[in-house]
Amino acid sequence: MNTLRAKYADEIQAILAKYPPEHKRSAVMPLLYLAQREAGYVTVQAMAEIAEILEISITDVASIVGFYTLYYDQPHGRYHIQVCTDLPCALRGAEDFLKALCQALGVEVGQVTPDGLFVIEEVKCIGACHRAPVFQVQGDGEIVFHENQTLETALAVIEALRQKAQQEKEGTA
Amino acid sequence: MSEYLILRHRAIPGLERLPVYLEHQGFAAFKKAVMELPPAQVIQMVKDSGLRGRGGAGFPTGLKWSFLPNDLWPHYVVANADESEPGTFKDREIMESNPFQFLEGLMIAAYAVQANVAYIYIRGEYWHIARWLDQKIAELEQAGLLGERLFGTDYSLRIYTHLGAGAYICGEETALLESLEGKLGQPRLRPPFPATAGLYNRPTVVNNVETLANVPLIVLNGPAWYHNYGTDKSPGTKVFSLSGCVNRPGNYELPFGVTFRELIFEHGGGVPEGRTLKAVMTAGASSVLIPMDESVLDTPMDYESLNKFGGSLGSASVIVLDDSVNMAWLTQKTVNFFKHESCGKCTPCREGTYWMNRLAERIVRGKAGLREVELLYQVARQMQGKCLCALGEFSTLAVVSSIDRFRADFEAVVTKEPIYG
Repeated sequence: MNTLRAKYADEIQAILAKYPPEHKRSAVMPLLYLAQREAGYVTVQAMAEIAEILEISITDVASIVGFYTLYYDQPHGRYHIQVCTDLPCALRGAEDFLKALCQALGVEVGQVTPDGLFVIEEVKCIGACHRAPVFQVQGDGEIVFHENQTLETALAVIEALRQKAQQEKEGTA
Repeated sequence: MSEYLILRHRAIPGLERLPVYLEHQGFAAFKKAVMELPPAQVIQMVKDSGLRGRGGAGFPTGLKWSFLPNDLWPHYVVANADESEPGTFKDREIMESNPFQFLEGLMIAAYAVQANVAYIYIRGEYWHIARWLDQKIAELEQAGLLGERLFGTDYSLRIYTHLGAGAYICGEETALLESLEGKLGQPRLRPPFPATAGLYNRPTVVNNVETLANVPLIVLNGPAWYHNYGTDKSPGTKVFSLSGCVNRPGNYELPFGVTFRELIFEHGGGVPEGRTLKAVMTAGASSVLIPMDESVLDTPMDYESLNKFGGSLGSASVIVLDDSVNMAWLTQKTVNFFKHESCGKCTPCREGTYWMNRLAERIVRGKAGLREVELLYQVARQMQGKCLCALGEFSTLAVVSSIDRFRADFEAVVTKEPIYG
């Protein structure tokens, strides 16, 4: 039973239609995004199912997951708060911003908050150098940019996500 | 600048909407090409315009298109929207605010090489822009501007977006093609070049977003018109991404040949008060450091003039550095970036960036002496000319130029003040 194929037949078909039938391996990246949206990370089972759909080996699929930084093969916090600290951002205070954010949340870079919701990550250039400090939130199948940030605005973004998760838990969303 | 060629949305509100774009001669060039111009003539127009690739290398666009052999099919066109160089944020603005001009350029490129399928390879972090472009593509299909048998001719074209997933190396065109084929994003040995053996081993054109956005205007107004802008060898305008220690960072569209002084002071508002300009990087992290003084400030910025500093214009990602910046710290930042982004395929880059990063970290943490500075320099020098693709070479530029030109910064760090204690 290929649960991905069963659940997302139409979407998978639309993805495969982008590429020549004899080169369907091209669909591995979009299918990994789909699997990650489903479970929050790419499960071993999803890798096997994608391999089956594309007629490639599981190792081929796993190598793609390992190579690209936006795929996760472990559960890892629902929202990835990804702060860019590359040179142009660092020149606009991104390193101090990251430090203050970690302190405020009581976690280190890469550590998940106790509620399992957030993980702060230090990432490479995300193309918003003129509006640093900047971070993106990766989670729920989306990537959202937050630019010209201060500690206060960043904490407000995080609090809003926390409330969203809380409401979902209580069934009031 | 009073006249925009690429960032036209700044002068025309609503240009991101199809009706507005159509009102401003939108798709007139594509329609003219498909209905009236033989593909070879379109290629000739772009050749005559002198348009050069905006992704960094500055290779003549029309010449690139002309390399595709006509006895091997199908042909493909791929837009390189994998903008990932630290300091570069121009393609993002084009795709967000003037998406149809980029798409029209892509469509004309496809027609010129008779490709029936074009892909847009866009970095994963620009997820929202990919969705946005998907909407725009759907609108074009509904309007009959994209699809089967366009304008009653035999020409058909489909465009698909393809999201990357966080790998800087995929901006290198052969790594991009590998990634699009569902493989690890690692560069190919060249030759053969993509023009003969590209996507799925078929003739392929890969062009940067900004390059393509120039094409509709060239086809509409003619190559001679295009030479009204810029310099003789670098015609047209360029979108400069200005960042770092500058009062008004942002994108500035200016003709090639604009001086550092105009860009940084007139447009960017200069460095923060009380600071002095120390150096500039012109190609993001992939740059040599150009020390700034009064005479250098009047250098024109085009593909030729920066050679005398051992530098290149690259994608014109201008990072401004003032006297608060220690270049040993800067070196560690850039080396760490390249160490993270090295794809691991060739040994000089994989090992070289790793060791440069370790050395640079020890230097800024005060755990090294002048011997390590010398060793860092030697590692960088030994990598040069030995890497499979440009990434490895780029990773050495800031290292060598900063030690050559700002040695005192390194000496201060190793003998007096470590940056991270």
